[in-house]
Amino acid sequence: MKPAPFVHHAPRTVEEAVAVLAQVGPDGKVLAGGQSLVPVLNMRLASPGHLVDVNGVAGLDTVEVTAEHVRVGALVRHAGLERHDGAAAALPLLRQAVRHVAHPAIRTRGTTVGSLAHADPAGEMPAVAVLTGAVLEVTGPRGTREVAADGFFLGPLETVLEADELVVAVRFGRLPAGTRTGFAESARRSGDYALAGVALAVSTDGNTVTGARASFVSVTPVPDVLVLTPVLAGARVGALPLDAVTEAVRAHVDPESDIHAGADYRRMLAAELTVRSLVSTTTGVREGAA
Amino acid sequence: MGEKVQRREDPRLLTGNGRYLDDLGRGALQAAFVRSPHAHARIVDIDIADAWELDGVEAIYTWEDLPGRVAEPLPVLIPHPAMTHARTGYCLARDEVNHVGEAVVMVVARDRYVAEDACARITVQYDTLPAVVGVARARDGDRLVHDDVPGNVAANLRQEVGDVDTAMAAAPHTLTLELAIERSACMPMEGKGVFARWDADDGSLRLYSSTQTSTGVRAAVAAKLELPLAKVEVVTPDVGGGFGVKIVHPWPEEVLVPWAARNLGRDVKWTEDRREHFVSSAHERGQLQEVTVGFDDDGRLLALDVHFWHDNGAYTPYGIIVPIITATQLLGPYKPGAYRVEFWSLYTNTVLVTPYRGAGRPQGCYAMERTMDAIAEHRGLDRAEVRSRNFIQPDEMPWDHGLMFQDGRPLKYDSGDFPASLAKLKALVGWDDFAAYREQAAREGRRVGLGIGCYVEGTGVGPYEGGHVQVETSGRVNVATGLTTQGQGHQTILAQIVADELGVPFDDVHVTTGDTRRMAYAVGTFASRGAVMSGNAVALAARVVRAKALRIAAEALEVSPDDLDIADGVVSVKGAPGTSIALKTVAVMSNPLRYAFDASAAAATQFAGTFDPDTPPVGDDDEPGLEGQDFYSPTQATFANGMHAAVVETDPVTAEIRILRYCVVHDCGVMVNPMIVEGQVHGGVAQGVGGALYERMVYDEGGQLLNASFMDFLMPYASEVPHIETDHLETPSPLNPLGIKGAGEAGTIPVSAVIASAIEDAEGFPIRSMPISPAELWELRRRHAASDPHPVPVQEDPR
Ligand SMILES: Cc1cc2nc3c(=O)[nH]c(=O)nc-3n(C[C@H](O)[C@H](O)[C@H](O)COP(=O)(O)OP(=O)(O)OC[C@H]3O[C@@H](n4cnc5c(N)ncnc54)[C@H](O)[C@@H]3O)c2cc1C
Repeated sequence: MKPAPFVHHAPRTVEEAVAVLAQVGPDGKVLAGGQSLVPVLNMRLASPGHLVDVNGVAGLDTVEVTAEHVRVGALVRHAGLERHDGAAAALPLLRQAVRHVAHPAIRTRGTTVGSLAHADPAGEMPAVAVLTGAVLEVTGPRGTREVAADGFFLGPLETVLEADELVVAVRFGRLPAGTRTGFAESARRSGDYALAGVALAVSTDGNTVTGARASFVSVTPVPDVLVLTPVLAGARVGALPLDAVTEAVRAHVDPESDIHAGADYRRMLAAELTVRSLVSTTTGVREGAA
Repeated sequence: MGEKVQRREDPRLLTGNGRYLDDLGRGALQAAFVRSPHAHARIVDIDIADAWELDGVEAIYTWEDLPGRVAEPLPVLIPHPAMTHARTGYCLARDEVNHVGEAVVMVVARDRYVAEDACARITVQYDTLPAVVGVARARDGDRLVHDDVPGNVAANLRQEVGDVDTAMAAAPHTLTLELAIERSACMPMEGKGVFARWDADDGSLRLYSSTQTSTGVRAAVAAKLELPLAKVEVVTPDVGGGFGVKIVHPWPEEVLVPWAARNLGRDVKWTEDRREHFVSSAHERGQLQEVTVGFDDDGRLLALDVHFWHDNGAYTPYGIIVPIITATQLLGPYKPGAYRVEFWSLYTNTVLVTPYRGAGRPQGCYAMERTMDAIAEHRGLDRAEVRSRNFIQPDEMPWDHGLMFQDGRPLKYDSGDFPASLAKLKALVGWDDFAAYREQAAREGRRVGLGIGCYVEGTGVGPYEGGHVQVETSGRVNVATGLTTQGQGHQTILAQIVADELGVPFDDVHVTTGDTRRMAYAVGTFASRGAVMSGNAVALAARVVRAKALRIAAEALEVSPDDLDIADGVVSVKGAPGTSIALKTVAVMSNPLRYAFDASAAAATQFAGTFDPDTPPVGDDDEPGLEGQDFYSPTQATFANGMHAAVVETDPVTAEIRILRYCVVHDCGVMVNPMIVEGQVHGGVAQGVGGALYERMVYDEGGQLLNASFMDFLMPYASEVPHIETDHLETPSPLNPLGIKGAGEAGTIPVSAVIASAIEDAEGFPIRSMPISPAELWELRRRHAASDPHPVPVQEDPR
C-alpha cells in the first residue's frame, strides 16, 4: 500500500497553484487534507504523476460570515468549521452536519471544500451545500467562475470541475430568519459513512409549517433537494402528516445496495430519519434556529 | 499476587516508545509480493522483465528460484489421524493458486516503494478455475479446491459418548436447529512482519518476527534453510497484537525473508500491510451447524447429536484444532446425556482458517446456547433455569466427558462452581427483575431483550513452558520465559509472581519473553496459556533459586535453611531480623570467581568461610551463580469458565441494535492481577461484539474479498463497545502450583451466543445466523411478518 511515484508541488499562492495545474494538465491532482486522496493513491486506484499540494497556499484558511452567507476557504478543515461559533450561529446546519463527518482525527485534516470536490454521495457536506444553495468559487487558467452547488455534482465522485481548476472557497447560503434546520444520519459505527442521512430546513409561522426542504446522504446518486413544502405547508407542529412525508422521501431517494445494507433498508431508513428529524426540528427538541 | 499492580509496560507503549518489527532494520532492503488476484487459477506464465528495469530492484523470485526445502510445501504443523487430506501451500505458488492473496512473486528492493512499483510491472498470466466459496458450496462437493481431495473434505471426525440413537429415540421431546456463523479474523493492529540479518562470516542468522512463537519459528526456519539450530536465533520485538494468527508458523515470508537475506548478503525486511493481512494471513469462525437435541419435560438433556461443517480455507497448515475445539468445548458447563459430534473440515478457495481468540469455542458455545434457549422456549421455562438444571455440579468435579480434547488428552474439567457463577450473574444483571423492565420499556415504545450464554474453556494446554530466574550481584532479578508477549501484561504478572516467590521487590524483577537467546525451549502464546504455563514455570524456577539462596545463606549464617526467610531482597533468620544477609550478597557468594567489583562483593567477604583444600570451589551438584531454571508441564488443560448476560434494545422501526448492558461473571481461578484479568475480559468482549454485530468477511462468488479494508470490515470502535460490568468467582485449579486458569480468550467466547439470545428475546423470533446487522434484522422482521404473525421459534432455516 505505497503510492506510485509522483512529483510533489508546493505552490505558495493561488496563482502558482493554478499555473502548475495548467502545466501538468490531467496528470495532476490537487492535494488538500489528503483524507480521501491519499488512501486512493496508496491503494493505487489512481496514480497521478503530479500532486499539487495546496496546504501551503496563503489565504485559503478562513471562515467569513456575512449577512448572506458563510464563506469557507479551501484550507478550512472540517474541525475548524465545526468549532467556528460565528458560522454555527449564522447557519446552525453547518455544525449539525459536520459533526457527522468521520472522526475527530480525520476532521482535523480533511477540508470541507475537499469534501465537495471529492463529491462522494455519502458525504455530509455536499448535502448541506445543495440545501443551502451554496456557490463554489472556482479558479483556473481560464479565470475565475462561480458554480452553484445545484449544478456542481454530476455523479458519484464526479463534478463539473476541470482537471486544472481549483476550488478556492464555498459560500453556504444563510437561510431566512425563522428557518429551523436539522441533521440526522445512521451509520454502522459512529463516524462511519452513513447508511442514510438527511439535512432538513423547515420554516414555520408560529405553530404552522410554511415550507420544508430536505437533502440526503448516501441515498441519492448526487445530492439534490426534495421540496417538502407541498406535503407540509399549513400543517400544525405536533400534527404533521408524517405518512405523507415518508411517502415523499421514499419516492425521492434512489439508494443502492451494498455489503452493509440493501436498498430497501436504506429507503426505509432515509424516510424514518426524515420523519424523526422533522419532529425534533419542529418541536425544537435539540436543533437551533437560523 | 492478587494485587491490581499497574502494568509496567504501559508507559513505554503508550508514549510511543514501543519497538515493533517495522521500527527495526533501518536501511534494510524491503520485500513486497505479487499476490494472486484470483481465487482459483493455474499459473501459465510470469513475466518479470519490465520490473528488472527499475532502479533499486535487487531481486525477483518465483517458485522456480527456490532451492531445496524452501521449494517444498509448507509443513503441516499439527497432524491428526482424522485429517486424511492435509494440504499446504508453497512459500511462492508453484503452479496453482488457491485463494486471492496467495504469494506468487517476491520482489526485494531498495525500499518498499520501489518494491511495490516493481510488483506493479510484473505480469502473471492465469488460467482461472471455478472457485469454491462458502461452506455450503464446499459441502456440495461439485467443485473441488484441490483435485485430489474428494468432496473438499480435509478431515472428518466423529466422537460419541453413550448411545445417542437410543437416548434420542427415548427422549420425550426433540428439536433440530440449523445454525450459521460467519467468518471474522484476528486483525491485530500490527500485521505480521519479518526482519532478517545474515552474518556471512559467522554463518548465522538473526531473525526478528512479529510472532506468537519464536522457538517455533526458529526450528521451522532452521529446518527450511537447512541451518544448524545453533546458528539461528529468533527475537520477538514488541508485538502489536496476535490473537492467534501469529501462532501459525512458518508463514511463507518467515522462510523467504531470511532466505533472501542469506542469498543477497543483505538485511531484508518485510512488513505486512493491511490489505495483505486481509487476504494472505488467516481468518476464522465460519461454520454451518445442525444440532438435534433430546430432552425431558424439565428441559434436561438426554441426547445431543451435532453435525457441523467447518470452513478451513485453502490449506490446513495448522490442522483441525479449531473444529476439534468446537466439537468438544460446545458442551460448556452441561451434562449432555449421550453425545455425538461429527464434523467435516472443508476446503474453500479463501484465506486459510487458523485459531482466532476463542479458537472454535465461540462457534461451539453459540450452538449449545442457541439450543438451550430453544429448549426453554419449547418447554416454556426460564432460560437460566434450564441451564442450571443441566449444570455439572461442583461436587462432581473432576468431570470427565469421555472425549478427547485438542491436546489429545481427556476432556476432564478440573474445577468450577457453575451454580455459584450463575447466581452471581443473575444478581449482577438483575435477571429476575427484567420482566418488569421490559414492560416499562414497552410502555415507552421501546423493545428490549435479555440474553445469556455460558461457556467452559480449556486453557493452558501443554506440553510445557520454562522459566529461568537469575539474581545478579546488584540485586537485579532477571526472569526469562520463552513464550512471547503481545501486550497482555506478561512483564507485569510474571514479575509479580517471581517477586512473591523469591521475596524481592517487584521493581527489581525484569522479564524477558520470546527471545530464543534467553530461553531455547518454549511453545508459544496461545490457548490462554501464558499465565498458566509461564506463570507456573517462573514460579517453579524462582523456588529453585530461593532454595539455593537459603542453602548458601544458611551456611554463611550457620543456621538451618528452615529457619530462614526472604523478604524485600534480604535473607534473614526468622524471629531474628538482625541476623541477615542481602540476596545480592548471596548472589556474590554463589560464584567463587569473586572479583571485588562492587559493594556487595566487598560485603560478601565477611561471610567467606574457612577454605577447605579438599573440595572443589563448585561442589559436585552445584553450579556457579544464583540462578535456576525449571519447566512446568501439566498432565492436561485446566478449565476456566464464565457466564455473560446482555440487555439489548432494538429500534422498532429501523432495527438498529444497541447493547444497553453487558455483564460478565468470570472464573479463571487465582487471579495474579485482577486488573489485567478484567482488561483481558474487556478486550475479549470487544472482539466478541465485533463478531456478533459488525465483522464479517464478505466474499463474492468468485472468491474476491469485498471488504478487505478497515473502511468496510467493521471492527467496533470504543463507541460501539458497551460498558462491561464484571464479577469474579475464584475456584482455584488443583492442577498447578499457583491455582491459575487461563483468561486470555474468555471474554470473546460467548458474545455471539449472548447477543443472539438477547435479540431473540427482544424480537420473539429465532436468531439462527450470526453476526447480524440492523439491515438483516429488519429483513428477518419482514420475513416473519409476512409468513406468520406468531412465528414458531424453532426448526427454522438459518437464513
Ligand atoms: C476513515 C475515514 C472516514 C471518513 N468518513 C467520512 C464521512 O463520514 N463523511 C464524509 O463526508 N467524509 C468522510 N471521510 C472523507 C473526508 O471527509 C474527506 O477526505 C475530506 O473531507 C476530503 O477533503 P480532503 O481535504 O481530505 O481532500 P483530499 O483527500 O486532499 O482530496 C480529495 C479530492 O478532492 C480534490 N480536491 C481537494 N481540494 C480541492 C480543491 N480545493 N479544489 C479542487 N479539488 C480539490 C482532490 O484533488 C481529490 O480528488 C472519511 C475519510 C476517512 C479516511
